[in-house]
Amino acid sequence: MTAEPDRLSPNQDTFYHDLMEAHAGLSEADSHALNARLVLLLANEIGDVARLKRILALGRAYSDG
Amino acid sequence: MAYDYQPFPYIAPPGLTGPEPRHKVVIVGAGPIGLALAIDFAQRGVETVVLDDNNVVSVGSRAICWAKRTLEIFDRLGIGERILEKGVTWKVGRQFHGNDEVYNFDLLPEEGHKYPAFVNLQQYYVEQYLVERAQEFPDLIDIRFKNNVVDHDDKSDHVLLSIETPDGPYALEASWLVACDGAGSRTRERMGLTFEGQAFEEQFLIADIEMEDSPFGAHDVPERWFWFDPPFHPGKSALLHMQPDNIYRIDLHLDVDADGKAEATEEKAIPRIKAIVGDKPFRLNWLSVYKFRCIKLDKFVHNRVIFAGDSAHAVSPFGARGGNGGIQDIDNLGWKLGAVIDGTASETLLETYDKERSHGSEENILNSSRSTNFMTPKTPIEALFRAETLRLAHDQPFARRLLNSGRLSLPCSLEGFALQTPGKAPVAPGHAMIDAPLEGPDGQTWLVEKVHGDFTIVGFGGVVLPEVPGLRRIGVDQEGDYPCFTSTDGLATDRYGKGMAYLFRPDGHVAAVFSVVTAHDAETAMNRALGAQLLEAV
Repeated sequence: MTAEPDRLSPNQDTFYHDLMEAHAGLSEADSHALNARLVLLLANEIGDVARLKRILALGRAYSDG
Repeated sequence: MAYDYQPFPYIAPPGLTGPEPRHKVVIVGAGPIGLALAIDFAQRGVETVVLDDNNVVSVGSRAICWAKRTLEIFDRLGIGERILEKGVTWKVGRQFHGNDEVYNFDLLPEEGHKYPAFVNLQQYYVEQYLVERAQEFPDLIDIRFKNNVVDHDDKSDHVLLSIETPDGPYALEASWLVACDGAGSRTRERMGLTFEGQAFEEQFLIADIEMEDSPFGAHDVPERWFWFDPPFHPGKSALLHMQPDNIYRIDLHLDVDADGKAEATEEKAIPRIKAIVGDKPFRLNWLSVYKFRCIKLDKFVHNRVIFAGDSAHAVSPFGARGGNGGIQDIDNLGWKLGAVIDGTASETLLETYDKERSHGSEENILNSSRSTNFMTPKTPIEALFRAETLRLAHDQPFARRLLNSGRLSLPCSLEGFALQTPGKAPVAPGHAMIDAPLEGPDGQTWLVEKVHGDFTIVGFGGVVLPEVPGLRRIGVDQEGDYPCFTSTDGLATDRYGKGMAYLFRPDGHVAAVFSVVTAHDAETAMNRALGAQLLEAV
């Protein structure tokens, strides 16, 4: 299964940099907590529960693989 | 075959026996940037003296990836075709994770350009070709090897230099001093200028190996290969490039706490290289261990002292933005300082060199520091994101684009800067010109060849070009009382737009665009590109 076509480029490096900046200076535990908050915030941005379910399955597939 | 280093002769300078007249331009450093600038000036009829403390070309291959834009500048300077002929042309880059290829890119997918996306050629060849080209201007370029600048003093309207030679010291006066003396610039150090930015702790081993059998294996088209977590160098990254003479460049990311001195020995390096190339015989040609900085001067122009190349800005090598950035500096500086010297422009024009090239170097620093950060995660969380990006990259297109092993040097856009007249066109004001093939009375030629060097107005299709003193006119797919060409397969007119006229600066950046153009419009835009508006603003 493929996620949405690439929607980040041509600004993908800016996003990745900003994401790393968001984590700068945090302990590992605080970073994991930040990641959890970000997942929830981004889920709310998407809003569509059916789509979210597909994304959850897609992400999980890599753990099972 | 290893490069044969031939020392250049030292010749006792006239200043040892009596004072020399003040020189218009003195360039410190006979590396690629200083030499290219001297040739640029010579082609404009401006005399230069080039001082270098050494007497051989670059030891080690160093800068090897010359981008299309640089090749076009080298073409203008008279060595482009020689570099293309000797160098290794490539345009495809592949990124691997472990054994698997996860992403590849083609940097120049379209036809109809004189120069390819990249040519790999060792810096020593480029310097040799530049020296040989400079020697074609014996009355205009005076290269002085083993002339070591030990002090300089800005006297407001000139710079006084103290120089040491094997025959003793002498003094030299220069109206303008251009410091092309590299990342460790002693000119910059003497002036106590801050040179700040991000320094990376990680070390990289850089090796040139000579081998008959290609380490690219059966794949015989030269490309750029980058590995994240390669099987031969677990947990780290590696980069492979091909150079002429069966020489290959290998970059290996080392552990933060690796012993740099020990790593730069054959004893340590040979097993690492064998892990990549296997049992194929090879010879180690050059070995170096680096740490990188992404760093720049606040200002490139300090009254009569001007910085260009690595003396003004340094980047990590991922993205090939060091040498290529420096060549764009001199392309921007040459015509501007030339215009100041011959009186067509005021000194304020040089402020635009500072602004435009600071912008270019910030872009290079941003890209190369992001690439280096991606390659060298600093915390467990950064490593986690990197690992998961790589995992997704195997089958998710968006994640492939996040992989960053270097965003390769592209021409810098000067859109929105003061010299350009705002306007809308397929190639907008500020952009570097795009090449296209042309047919003329003397056969096949290229748009870049016809345009660069001087202010030029080009009309594509029906637009009529007015006559303006000091402005060269070129017609494409039209007839006029000036040189006219036909665009091969219509490519030039397609790329620039039928019925459009473009005013190009001498460095090939678009200064203004028109659908109808009068002599007054063209002259106003040319004067603006020479800094007229800057004076009005003062």
